[in-house]
Amino acid sequence: MKFWISAAALALFALGLALSPVNEYFFYVSYRVLTFVVLATAWNILGGYAGYVNFGTPAFFGVGAYTAVVLFQWLKAPLAAQIAGGALIGGLLGFGVGMLTLRLRGIFFAIATVAVIFITETLMINWRYVGGATGLQLLRPEVMAPFENYIRMLFVVMAWMGIAAVAVARYVQDSWIGRGLRAVRDSEEAAEASGVPTLKLKLFACTVMGALMGAAGAPMPMYLSFIEPASTFNLDYTIGALGSAIIGGMSHWLGPIIGALLLGTLQQIITVTISGEVNVLVVGVLLVLFVVVAPGGILGLFRKWLPFSR
Amino acid sequence: MSKHFGGFAALSEVSIAIAPGERFGLIGPNGSGKTTLINCISGTLRNESGSIVFDGEEVSRLPAYQRTRKGIARSFQVPRPFASMSVLENLLVPYEYVEHLKQSEAEKQAMEILRRIGLADKAMTPSSQLSQVELRKLELARAMAARPRLLISDEAMAGLSGSEVDEVLKILFDLNTAGITIVMIEHIMQAVMRFSQRVVCLDAGRIICEGAPAAIVKNPDVQKAYLGA
Repeated sequence: MKFWISAAALALFALGLALSPVNEYFFYVSYRVLTFVVLATAWNILGGYAGYVNFGTPAFFGVGAYTAVVLFQWLKAPLAAQIAGGALIGGLLGFGVGMLTLRLRGIFFAIATVAVIFITETLMINWRYVGGATGLQLLRPEVMAPFENYIRMLFVVMAWMGIAAVAVARYVQDSWIGRGLRAVRDSEEAAEASGVPTLKLKLFACTVMGALMGAAGAPMPMYLSFIEPASTFNLDYTIGALGSAIIGGMSHWLGPIIGALLLGTLQQIITVTISGEVNVLVVGVLLVLFVVVAPGGILGLFRKWLPFSR
Repeated sequence: MSKHFGGFAALSEVSIAIAPGERFGLIGPNGSGKTTLINCISGTLRNESGSIVFDGEEVSRLPAYQRTRKGIARSFQVPRPFASMSVLENLLVPYEYVEHLKQSEAEKQAMEILRRIGLADKAMTPSSQLSQVELRKLELARAMAARPRLLISDEAMAGLSGSEVDEVLKILFDLNTAGITIVMIEHIMQAVMRFSQRVVCLDAGRIICEGAPAAIVKNPDVQKAYLGA
């Protein structure tokens, strides 16, 4: 109950913020940070709960973005339909990739997910309809009623999507599904021997993850008014999703949120004040630091004082 | 049935029939194929040829989790606790996935098992902090929570002291009295001989001897397998 009240309050707060006279730049940056909240939360469902490290975030994200482009070019579909389409195709990709790769364990699974990025990117590079390698300019449609401009609306959309993603992750974590996924992470043999259908559960987690990542990618073309493969299938999304979860803590749905807010904000500040290259360096150093010093992430550091963390 | 790993025959044409309610002992020197045999029965491994029939039903192509749901539970020789969970939570997994119980009901029944096996005061302890002995008990408790009709105990007593062996034996005897068929793999001869009604000795993937415990220890092949020629 407390969760839903805070979620509703946050959703309203985001809406209020978008209608207030706050500087445009804030929404431009916050949209990026919120994207990483969704991606990290989605990543954690398979990576954190089940222990399957997915490097393929850009593939799911990119497929969502390109689905939106196709729907927009072909049917002039509204944003909501683009997001639904992105989620659907992302989920299908998650299911398909899961079917092919989830029998692999550990590093082999991780490598297979890297391959998925290259496959999807190559497909888009060679598809003229969506602009091929050079990309495609997109003309944003008129913005909807209460909003002043498109970026403000996208900010609200992404904030709500973040809340929805967290609600899904929280449900998965607290239900019997979450316990099954943790059993898979701890010992797959013992999980099977305890009646857990490990392959089905992993497929479920992979599909949900893909759908959420696809949804997160769908508004991206409208945000940039542009799409092209190199930046869409960028490894930054891999690092952002996985890094946020590791830095925040993977055992609880709060972890990826904390990590993404922190990492996303830090990245934006460094990119603006210093440079994009230093930004990548800082993320790398942070990741190494956390993996070595605090494998439980920020949540792990404060575990003793948090009643809910396990 | 048979099972090969590459060119190595871990099990060659092993045939065993276990009666409902039986206490069955499986012995043999290290590497003789005991664990491979029960891995095949429980579904952790797939046998290549032959069949596994449980309660009149061919199960050798079913995934492990379905065999557990049909009533075949096992403990692992090297304990495999769900290390991120408390002891109690470890038991909730089979309760939720085999019997589909609600959490409150599952917790009640899990506490009952923990009391029986002597882990009740550790219910909330993270299972990563248990001692070797407690881990072995947890293995057994988790297998019991799956409500098996056939319980396979893979060296549940290795490393336990004399009185602890007695404790575990008593639990297994009680389970058997309640109608559960039990297959015991054990190196502690005294325990197997006291517990089993019938014993099979494996050596190099073959059955070399089968019979009552008293006859097994006197069998020259068994003595040779264990002590060398």
